[in-house]
Amino acid sequence: MNIHEYQAKEIFRGAGIPVPEGDVAATPEEARAIATRLGAPVVVKAQVHAGGRGKAGGIKIAATADEAREHAARILGMEIKGLPVRRVLVTPAAEIAHEYYLGIVVDRAAGKPLVMVSREGGIDIEEVARTNPGAIVKEHFDPLPGLHPFQATGLAYAIEPDPKAARPIAEILRKLAACFVRIDASLAEINPLVRTPDGRLLALDAKVNLDDNALFLHAGLEDLRDRSAESPNEEAARAMGLSYIKLDGSIGCVVNGAGLAMATMDLVKHFGGSPANFLDIGGSSNAEKVVTAIRIITEDPSVRVILFNIFGGITRCDDVASGIVRALEATKVDLPIVVRLTGTNEERGREILKGAAGVLSLPSMEEAVQKAVALAGDSGRMAS
Amino acid sequence: MSILVNQETRVLVQGITGHDGAFHARAMKAYGTKVVAGVTPGKGGEKLDDIPVFHTVAAAVRETGADCSVVYVPTAFAADAILEAAHSGIRLVVAITEGIPTLQMINVLQVLGRLGTRLVGPNCPGLISPGKCKVGIMPGDIHLMGRVGVVSRSGTLTYEMVHQLTQAGIGQSTCIGIGGDPIPGTSFIDCLSLFEADPETRAVLLIGEIGGTAEEEAARFVSAKMTKPVVAFIAGLTAPPGKRMGHAGAIISGGSGTAAEKIKALGEAGIPVARVPSEIGPLMKKAAGF
Repeated sequence: MNIHEYQAKEIFRGAGIPVPEGDVAATPEEARAIATRLGAPVVVKAQVHAGGRGKAGGIKIAATADEAREHAARILGMEIKGLPVRRVLVTPAAEIAHEYYLGIVVDRAAGKPLVMVSREGGIDIEEVARTNPGAIVKEHFDPLPGLHPFQATGLAYAIEPDPKAARPIAEILRKLAACFVRIDASLAEINPLVRTPDGRLLALDAKVNLDDNALFLHAGLEDLRDRSAESPNEEAARAMGLSYIKLDGSIGCVVNGAGLAMATMDLVKHFGGSPANFLDIGGSSNAEKVVTAIRIITEDPSVRVILFNIFGGITRCDDVASGIVRALEATKVDLPIVVRLTGTNEERGREILKGAAGVLSLPSMEEAVQKAVALAGDSGRMAS
Repeated sequence: MSILVNQETRVLVQGITGHDGAFHARAMKAYGTKVVAGVTPGKGGEKLDDIPVFHTVAAAVRETGADCSVVYVPTAFAADAILEAAHSGIRLVVAITEGIPTLQMINVLQVLGRLGTRLVGPNCPGLISPGKCKVGIMPGDIHLMGRVGVVSRSGTLTYEMVHQLTQAGIGQSTCIGIGGDPIPGTSFIDCLSLFEADPETRAVLLIGEIGGTAEEEAARFVSAKMTKPVVAFIAGLTAPPGKRMGHAGAIISGGSGTAAEKIKALGEAGIPVARVPSEIGPLMKKAAGF
């Protein structure tokens, strides 16, 4: 789960990391009030789950409180990479003597958290990792006992020879690592950490991603989720225990299992169609989940055909078939439905579907996908 | 032969009195697996059919000689259940449970490394040596005893691929689901090297997906260390970046972990990659000379 900069800064502040003052505004007037209270100049920053906010015009310096209001009015109306900006962070403009990069990620290959630091901050770390990997200093650590002081010291002196700055950088690194472990983050980044002309260090930007699987351990972190950043259907799916991601094609896919769901989307593309979504109904699927899945998919106006690909294991084919029949009874579905059922109770599943109008049952994944692609094309022609 | 589990394996089911644990304990037994014990704290002394249930893994191991544990324990208690098995002398733990926090798994794997216990999973379908032993949740009847090793990050996609092999008349030595989490207990490379050493395995099918670099590492391992042919399939060519595709580990982040990169790396290592599932049978026949 991604959280916003202002939320990440709140967490960092609680961890004892120096963070600039600031507050979040949902309206231009609020932005002006915050700027007045903090004293201009301030920076107005779009709070949105997208990189490249600065380039998109989502970060502006305001010399006066009125200017802060004007910037907020413009930024709050904009979309960055398709995501609407609903809040801005208003924070004092800092004077910068130097910018560093500090970040921690989970290194999947090594199976450990990895600290990465660079003398040059304000950078695109992935870009630097590709083009100039020598500029990044790395160190793994164990969540228990955490980043050792000697590791933090080593990392700090690797990017800053002056002890006056290196000591507090080491301190910040230890706090960042402890915070990373405490909240079960998958990423925690300060980019940039700035040194001011008077020698103070400040986390000017903050980015945190949380491990979705660990949210149950931490009361309150779930509340940081920005529901406006996801579609209502994604939220409805999550509440039902379904994993749904909207795409822009015309074939609605309902599959059990994430790997098979991806392979089904790929096969749709392979045969010349385009998937409308990723949807995994999960393992022990019941009829209710299938009803919800059909509702979510039929609410997407670009869907022209619904494709079920079920390989029964724990998932029973007759449960899925009953769900399809119930969904068709509950709501009128005008779209053709192509169903492939294999595995546990497949015979019974096909039997249940026999009476259902508009439902076509095919024995293999490839035949079902090809049929769905053909139907999506045909109904497309009929519509045009 | 087969790897990790065979007809001698004595299986213990952690969480045997739960809904999933009970269902799959019976299914494993029906397949012919030696299910010798179950563990649910508070239910010691009870039985599931004729399988004795114990409060602790230590007691179950002492009384029944169980040497492999399969974990169906709910997420919040799963990491502890894995540690309990390892501390009780179990050297192969198979964790079916989904949703264990990544940092918990990192800590668990450190302890398991010290104790010398292998973990398969978590968030996996388990493993099966067809005709001998099934430890997990996969449908047994789609498998066929034979000579192809299968290793996969997925569940139902593995069933699809095994189904393709079986329909083509190609049997399997052992099929292992290593799980869809970012940090699995057993890696592709672990399984590839076990298959390489198994005299009955003639070839390997590797099923990967987006996220991380495990497939690229496997490709390097195959070129450097393996003599047996490997065929692959990768899911997620159409997956958008930055979105978690169901599995915790299936995410393209920072432009890396794409299916295209993985297919390229496998191709460069001389590994044929099936574009569609039905190509698996013919590709495997060609590669393995069946």
